[in-house]
Amino acid sequence: MRAKLTITALGLLSGAAQAQSLDVGVELPSMNVAEYHRPYVAVWISHPDHTVAANLAVWYQLDDGPEGHGEDWLKDIRQWWRRTGRSLEMPVDGVSSATRAPGQYTLSFSSDDERLSALEAGSYVLHVEASREVGGREMVSIPFEWSEDGEAELSDTGSEELGEVRLSIHQ
Amino acid sequence: MKLRHLLYMCVAGATAVQPALAHRMWLLPSSYTLSGDDQWITVDGAVSNDLFFPNHVPLNYENVTVHTPEGEALSVEDGWVGALRTTFDVHLTEQGTYRIVEGGSAWMAFYEEDGERRRMRGSLEELQAAGFFENPTAQVFHSRRNVEAYVTLGAPSTDAFATTDEGLELRPITHPNDVYVGEEASFSFVMDGAPAEGLEVEIVEGNDRYRDDPGAVTVTTDADGVFSFTPEEAGRYWISTSVRGSGEFEGHEIGVGQSYVVTFEALAL
Repeated sequence: MRAKLTITALGLLSGAAQAQSLDVGVELPSMNVAEYHRPYVAVWISHPDHTVAANLAVWYQLDDGPEGHGEDWLKDIRQWWRRTGRSLEMPVDGVSSATRAPGQYTLSFSSDDERLSALEAGSYVLHVEASREVGGREMVSIPFEWSEDGEAELSDTGSEELGEVRLSIHQ
Repeated sequence: MKLRHLLYMCVAGATAVQPALAHRMWLLPSSYTLSGDDQWITVDGAVSNDLFFPNHVPLNYENVTVHTPEGEALSVEDGWVGALRTTFDVHLTEQGTYRIVEGGSAWMAFYEEDGERRRMRGSLEELQAAGFFENPTAQVFHSRRNVEAYVTLGAPSTDAFATTDEGLELRPITHPNDVYVGEEASFSFVMDGAPAEGLEVEIVEGNDRYRDDPGAVTVTTDADGVFSFTPEEAGRYWISTSVRGSGEFEGHEIGVGQSYVVTFEALAL
């Protein structure tokens, strides 16, 4: 999976640092399958060596349902679970939320958001991982640069469980 | 069984024997990696030719013990012994790594009677009563085995790993519940607490029923008792090794041996 760099503009070199916005677009495709369950999805940012820099979102069944506790199946978001999920106390405020139906979603984070506050300028990778009960699992990863005034429009597309994943960094 | 009386002398001169066992012992949990606060796993135990298909005899249920992440003993539940396999459940309520182990010990004597070589299996007491320890024509053997599996609820931990410094024990370098395809995994063996150098370790991926060549890989532990390998496929694996040597029991020289098996899974990245 290669991310396509459509625009990169290093912003104003002068002037006071403004709060930046980091927007993540996640598309959950509609599935024509006999048994459909909304996917569990994790969105996080890692350093290039895979160590986790920021947890942005985890969508899973928050309430107990007929299948038991939603947290029982978090391990199926297997890369996220290994890299960070298993060492978190779930639910995580501002990160955990309910599963979502097929559609396009945009998550917006301000650089002064506490989830991003630990990000220093440097190279990172955005990961979006989706895992569906009795379905498939897919992860889309987009490398990006983070700086005080950098801007970027990046995207990549999954093949089955994820549609387009977009990363937009702007003032 | 007071094994403390048994002085193993086989470390320095350990003879690593090729674990060419016709039958393979294993414990296979339904999950190795779990999330949540309260989980059940079911575990199959068998001695079989194919990994991991029960087709010979069940593993001994009475010898199964479970150690919690805190290192406490935990009872297994719903135990059942069938013709081909043993099954039991384990209730996981602590975060961390559990160790499940079937530990066995067997005594045997080889002796001559009426000019013929014979052998007798029995308890230590039975062999003592038969006078084999004092019989110069008899050779007594004591063998032990550990068949293990490690299962993690939440984040992996290491307190449940055996640290008795007695016999053959696995030490994680890579945690057995943190093995991934394409990443080198390393474990080490200690014998009576000291690095077990020169052990031949056999590694076989499960589902060998569907392969013409079982694809067993043999690696040898280095001076630190460490061996490494990189799984090429996601799935469940079986690791086995054994040592054999001479030991001493209450002043009598005996033969001693220990075998060790652990199953684990390699996850896809």
